[in-house]
Amino acid sequence: MKYAVIRFPGSNCDWDMFYVLRDQLHVEPIFVDYRETELPEDVAAVLVPGGFSYGDYLRSGAIARFAPIMTDVKRFAGEGKPVLGICNGFQILTEARLLPGGLRKNQHLEFVCQQQELFVQNNQTAFSNQFEQGEKVMIPVAHGDGNYYCDESTLQQLKDNHQIVLTYSENPNGSIDDIAGIVNEQGNVMGMMPHPERASEDILGGTDGLRLFQSFVENQQLQK
Amino acid sequence: MYSVKVYVTYKASILDPQGEAVKTALHRLDFTNVESVTQGKYFELMIKKTGKNIDEQVEEMCTELLTNTNMESYTYEIEELTTVEG
Repeated sequence: MKYAVIRFPGSNCDWDMFYVLRDQLHVEPIFVDYRETELPEDVAAVLVPGGFSYGDYLRSGAIARFAPIMTDVKRFAGEGKPVLGICNGFQILTEARLLPGGLRKNQHLEFVCQQQELFVQNNQTAFSNQFEQGEKVMIPVAHGDGNYYCDESTLQQLKDNHQIVLTYSENPNGSIDDIAGIVNEQGNVMGMMPHPERASEDILGGTDGLRLFQSFVENQQLQK
Repeated sequence: MYSVKVYVTYKASILDPQGEAVKTALHRLDFTNVESVTQGKYFELMIKKTGKNIDEQVEEMCTELLTNTNMESYTYEIEELTTVEG
């Protein structure tokens, strides 16, 4: 089974994801260009990396949503298979309406790039099962538009369905209810602002991020 | 031909940090009577007249792309341009 890393013009950390999957988890990642119209066969999970796709024109993620590959990513997600969006990937998944809400400019208007302490609010998802419930983890953030917003009824829905997976212990961007990462109602699509691929090796300052990748890779291997 | 102007801002219920920053700067310029600033986006579109309903078309452009309806609201003005033949 392959792990598809989607590349848009302006994606970054795509190689970091590739490296984590190939060199640390010993599975088979594959880059998929945004101009492709179909994902390869036997894809276990789709990963949408960070960056500034299409220069964040209009709104971050707004144009990437229309990339040819996104139709098949939606089909894949609709089949209940795992899709993970990190940073710009999170923004793209909200714009594509695979996740509720949206990401605004940081409340203080500054780009934040720092280590960030997070709380694991739900360790029962395909993306968080290697964490303890309530565990504090350290995963860095690097974003200008990370300020998650949704309306009151959506927020209530997120809480009722335990869709809030990660929250900030000290909110770096003004996001509603300190939200750092959520899953969709079915639990197979996750979006998060922090960069787990940048916290996957001791030399990078920690391995908490690696466990997020391990969560869905091991999930996949169990299903074999 | 239609000339269409679309204005997009954050919904009123959402804090607009850029507007707040601009307001603070205006106060520093001594325009202390500025009560609020909303920053938004402005689009000008020239749209050819077809058989399709222009209001419905513009409405769809707004909800499908020009705004993120989760957090933004929009208004638009449509002006039909009279073209001189020949």
